[in-house]
Amino acid sequence: MNHIAPGARAGIYHYDEIDRQFVAERVEQFRKQVERRLSGELTEEEFKPVRLMNGLYLQLHAYMLRIAVPYGVMSATQLRKLAAIGRKYDRGYGHFTTRQNLQYNWIKLEDTPAILNELAEVDMHALQTSGNCVRNVTTDPFVGAAKDEVVDGRVYAEILRQWTTMHPEFTYLPRKFKIAISGAESDRAAVRIHDVGLLARRNDKGEAGFSFYVGGGLGRSPFVGKLVRAWVAQEDFVAYLEAILRVYNQYGRRDNIYKARIKILVHELGLEKFTQEVEEEFERLRGPKYRLDPEIVEGVRQHFAPPPFEELPDHSDLLERARASDPAFANWLAVNVAEHKAPGYAIATISLKPAGGIPGDATCDQMDLVADLAERHSFGELRVTHVQNLVLAHVKKDELYDLWRQLDAAGLGSANAGLIGDIIACPGLDYCALANARSIPLAQAISARFADPVRQRTIGELGIKISGCINACGHHHVGAIGILGVDKKGTEYYQITVGGDPTLTTAIGDILGPAVTETEAVDAIEAIVDVYLANRSDESERFIDTLRRVGHAPFKERIYAAD
Amino acid sequence: MSAKDRSKEGSMKAITANRLRDGEVVFLGEGGRWVESFVEAALFQRAESDAVLAEAKAKAEREQFGVDIYAFEVVEQDGVPVPATMRERIRTAGPTVRLDLGKQSVGTQAA
Repeated sequence: MNHIAPGARAGIYHYDEIDRQFVAERVEQFRKQVERRLSGELTEEEFKPVRLMNGLYLQLHAYMLRIAVPYGVMSATQLRKLAAIGRKYDRGYGHFTTRQNLQYNWIKLEDTPAILNELAEVDMHALQTSGNCVRNVTTDPFVGAAKDEVVDGRVYAEILRQWTTMHPEFTYLPRKFKIAISGAESDRAAVRIHDVGLLARRNDKGEAGFSFYVGGGLGRSPFVGKLVRAWVAQEDFVAYLEAILRVYNQYGRRDNIYKARIKILVHELGLEKFTQEVEEEFERLRGPKYRLDPEIVEGVRQHFAPPPFEELPDHSDLLERARASDPAFANWLAVNVAEHKAPGYAIATISLKPAGGIPGDATCDQMDLVADLAERHSFGELRVTHVQNLVLAHVKKDELYDLWRQLDAAGLGSANAGLIGDIIACPGLDYCALANARSIPLAQAISARFADPVRQRTIGELGIKISGCINACGHHHVGAIGILGVDKKGTEYYQITVGGDPTLTTAIGDILGPAVTETEAVDAIEAIVDVYLANRSDESERFIDTLRRVGHAPFKERIYAAD
Repeated sequence: MSAKDRSKEGSMKAITANRLRDGEVVFLGEGGRWVESFVEAALFQRAESDAVLAEAKAKAEREQFGVDIYAFEVVEQDGVPVPATMRERIRTAGPTVRLDLGKQSVGTQAA
């Protein structure tokens, strides 16, 4: 066994024996279930819900296994294991998802128990990555490092992991349930497009707590989460969530899969009535049993204690010399590196979006390299972002140039975080059984068209998000430019939306006009960008702000003028 | 009658599944055996495909061989039968964005 030794690393939750025994029991249970399916003792109808509860889907070419990366945080050891599994049981790569998880696309059912067993060796699993349960809780990829942090989102995400795992009331909800937590003043976790979104906030007395947004979600009926309570004390965090889930469990629809998410319940009941139901339930629950014991919180917090930062000057001569001598590095520094709360350190985003590449894909060799770099430069831990990139959160400024050169040599040095090349794309029709159209080729064509890093920086912040069907795994509704693939009599078309926003000012994009073909789509995106550049008030005005100021008309006119 | 000859008669269908033990895409071939290559898939008249499909489903479940079994439309292109939809063309060949993966990488895709 190769369990992570408690205390060996900062920033990673270390399983105790109860966690390990539970995961081991689930692996053994699934091994027997697979045996019974292969022997015919279980029918597919009986087996399907069981395999889904273990993260195993059947996709176009093979089974797909979705591995949970709790709140997107993992150790170098865990990433190395993911690489090893990808080599041994898959085709030498993995796909990082918008839920901060990892998917393998070519898995054999008969291998799955062995894979889950190997994952358990490094305290990983595929639980709560499918089914109508509380899914893997996501959080800010800059957690524990960001300057604007109010609380550590990992602590509360981990409490939710423990609270929801095998919770009898929440294992068979009307539909899947996604929670996102942002412990910072800004929102890097897209919280208001989740069933429940939590934003850490301080009250009038300066006490840290959470704002609760409920009923957000994308899919065929997109909604922005509504504020149900502006501030909930940390000690009531679990009680308030339980109240929300109880109201959902009681009133959520189970007769129509398309109306089963909590967003529909909030919409149909109305915010006032929904809030009233939650508040009444909360009052019933509130009390010693549901109060988060500060000792428990502190115990979890200890797992996420800050790593042993050195006392460093914030200025790095080495960094400045490299910046001055290497323009490509200077560009990466400006785009992919964020400020850290500790002097002399920085947060580095590793883009999984090379120009013309497949968003979110990483080869097993790249995973091994990132694991090595995480150990060398970031205390042995890393994060997966909801925009399908990786983050090394605690890199010494003195070491950034060395880090970037190694990343760049492995095709991981793209300087496009948050820019037009940093495209979210779901697997689409190339892999997914639900898709209507391909997403990846369009992402590749767009990122290739805008490959020039100088042009990307000139354009500035502009998120393109592509989904291959209305389920919206590619978050197209909240793309500054969103693209939805549709099938029209056997031909792929793409519907373009503009004005989506996944940040604190969350907004659902508006459809710009009739769907276009794949080739037309790339030209249309370029036309939209040209209109933006021609209309922006100055270089500091972002695409989304120009759009809000000038409206849709000039963009529509440019794209559809010939029609 | 070969698959190629029969596809010329009009709207044709082939029957596909994923193999239970490993998820591999398979097609119902001649004589009721499952094959990995669409080239070897049997083609059926639309009218007969429902009955063949029902029989294939029952047999596959009985033998714990395949899951997600369904029929899909086949059309003739340049004298060769090919799946009518992009979805089935991708299942038959592999991801269009990774030509090194799937049936296309080992030469068992559609002709």
